Amino acid sequence: MQNFPSILTNTPQTADLNTELSTLNLGPTHPATHGVFQNVLQLDGERIVSGVSTIGYIHRAFEKIAEHRPFYQITPLTDRLNYCSAPINNMGWHMTVEKLLGITTPKRVDYMRVIIMELARIADHIICNGVLGVDTGAFTGFLYMMEYREAIYEIYEEVCGSRLTTNVGRLGGFERNFNEIAFTKIRKFLDDFPKVLAEFESLFNRNRIFIDRTKGVAPVTAEAALSYSWSGPILRATGVDYDVRAMNPYSSYEDFDFEVPVGTTGDVYDRFLVRNEEMKQSMRMIEQALEKIAKEDPTIFHADVPEFYLPPKEEVYNNMEALIYHFKIVMGEIETPVGEVYHSVEGANGELGFYLVNDGGRSPYRLHFRRPSFINYSMYADMSRGMLLSDAIINMSSLNVIAGELDA
Amino acid sequence: MGALNNETLLQKIQERFHEQVTFIAEPYGLLTVETSRENIIDVLSFLKADAELQFIYLTDITAIQYSEQEKSIGVIYHLHSLVHNVRIRIKVFLSEQDLNIPSATVLWHGANWMERETYDFFGVNFDGHPDLRRILNVDDMTVFPMRKEYPLEDPNRVDKKDFYFGR
Repeated sequence: MQNFPSILTNTPQTADLNTELSTLNLGPTHPATHGVFQNVLQLDGERIVSGVSTIGYIHRAFEKIAEHRPFYQITPLTDRLNYCSAPINNMGWHMTVEKLLGITTPKRVDYMRVIIMELARIADHIICNGVLGVDTGAFTGFLYMMEYREAIYEIYEEVCGSRLTTNVGRLGGFERNFNEIAFTKIRKFLDDFPKVLAEFESLFNRNRIFIDRTKGVAPVTAEAALSYSWSGPILRATGVDYDVRAMNPYSSYEDFDFEVPVGTTGDVYDRFLVRNEEMKQSMRMIEQALEKIAKEDPTIFHADVPEFYLPPKEEVYNNMEALIYHFKIVMGEIETPVGEVYHSVEGANGELGFYLVNDGGRSPYRLHFRRPSFINYSMYADMSRGMLLSDAIINMSSLNVIAGELDA
Repeated sequence: MGALNNETLLQKIQERFHEQVTFIAEPYGLLTVETSRENIIDVLSFLKADAELQFIYLTDITAIQYSEQEKSIGVIYHLHSLVHNVRIRIKVFLSEQDLNIPSATVLWHGANWMERETYDFFGVNFDGHPDLRRILNVDDMTVFPMRKEYPLEDPNRVDKKDFYFGR
């Protein structure tokens, strides 16, 4: 087990100098922390002696609210967990409910979901790695990449109409089919983005300043990462190849050919490399998904589950059966199975789990989100001990903790 | 050893713990067992340390409340064996008068914040926890808000009373 150093034990005491510790209140709205994070740090000069993380500044009681909402109204709550990659949360929630209800989705829906989830992962990693560059003093990479997050948001707009909190998809599929413009934009993104990513990597990967700032900073052993229940890119950077997509495939990920990149030392530099590599793998998956979709019936975009999937409005007005289903869904008069289900997806930050206990009503009896940012962040105060303040800032950027997901 | 399935897993646990661990169900393929708070740390450390099982990954700790039950608060552990890719769910039910359970922080560092969250929302006291404070709610809160007796909106609110709206 990795022991994080304590400055009090492993540096010589300088009794003759002024060793009075200073307290720094880093956050909750510090510009370097990219979110609402508060850490009260005890500093000896620039070195952190100890720290206490205080979280919960944007706690919105989603788990409590969810107990009072029908299943389809919980999707917008999941948007607001990790808002940098909201579609992954949306899809994870839909798949959890589908697992509970026993709905199987058509292959085309699965592939459409893979496209939208992998785009979300790229958007999330763009922000994380771009901001890591900003924090080490390189603004250029961030600006190059940010344009392509915009391209992804335009694809979201074509698919669902919104950009940040997407609320994309419905139980059983999507609310509408991908249109031609969406496919054109996805193909254009696949053509353009690899060049930009290569350019981005050439700015950073062998950059002396960047390497000096990140290599060997905040290294984490695989044992420590597993003991703190880390997941996602930061766990893989320590060398553990745990990826929910590969281990427990959902949404037909088993049909895809992709690799799980791992690092060796678990430091900030490795996390950066793992995220870059994951973006390439995501693009591979989107390409494969486009090929697979071309072979499927282009009119299918949702499962045949009239009890849970709202019928189109014109049918509600002109078709008795559709009207009945519409009424039953909106009024919550559909029986749902009693049971409990745990479903997890590979979010951009790690294993995003939904533990849903249902008593047969229209809303969950209990819903718990296993939020990777929350669990990953619990190591932060411990690992900051003995670190320079400037390194701790970079470390926080590379953990990619998103305040919405941290506080739920 | 071949692939680990729920049947052999349950068998192995019951060989070691006999009646102290009882089988509840297997919803959606996830083995769910119940044990008591006297045995929970033994069960967890057995699952973690056993060379064949290797449930080294603590996925989650949370709680649930069934108000109608005598032991109404359930603490729920999800473990994952990354070697065999098998998950297990372990439940311990406690009565509201005596919400004490040993802390799993002796086995996993990650249990620290998960238990703080569970304490914050349900009031479960994890004995031996190094720093059992509220984590998401404000420190001076006196209730445990995820319990069913607390309604979603603040019951003390007066600005939404009907008489303000002529009803």
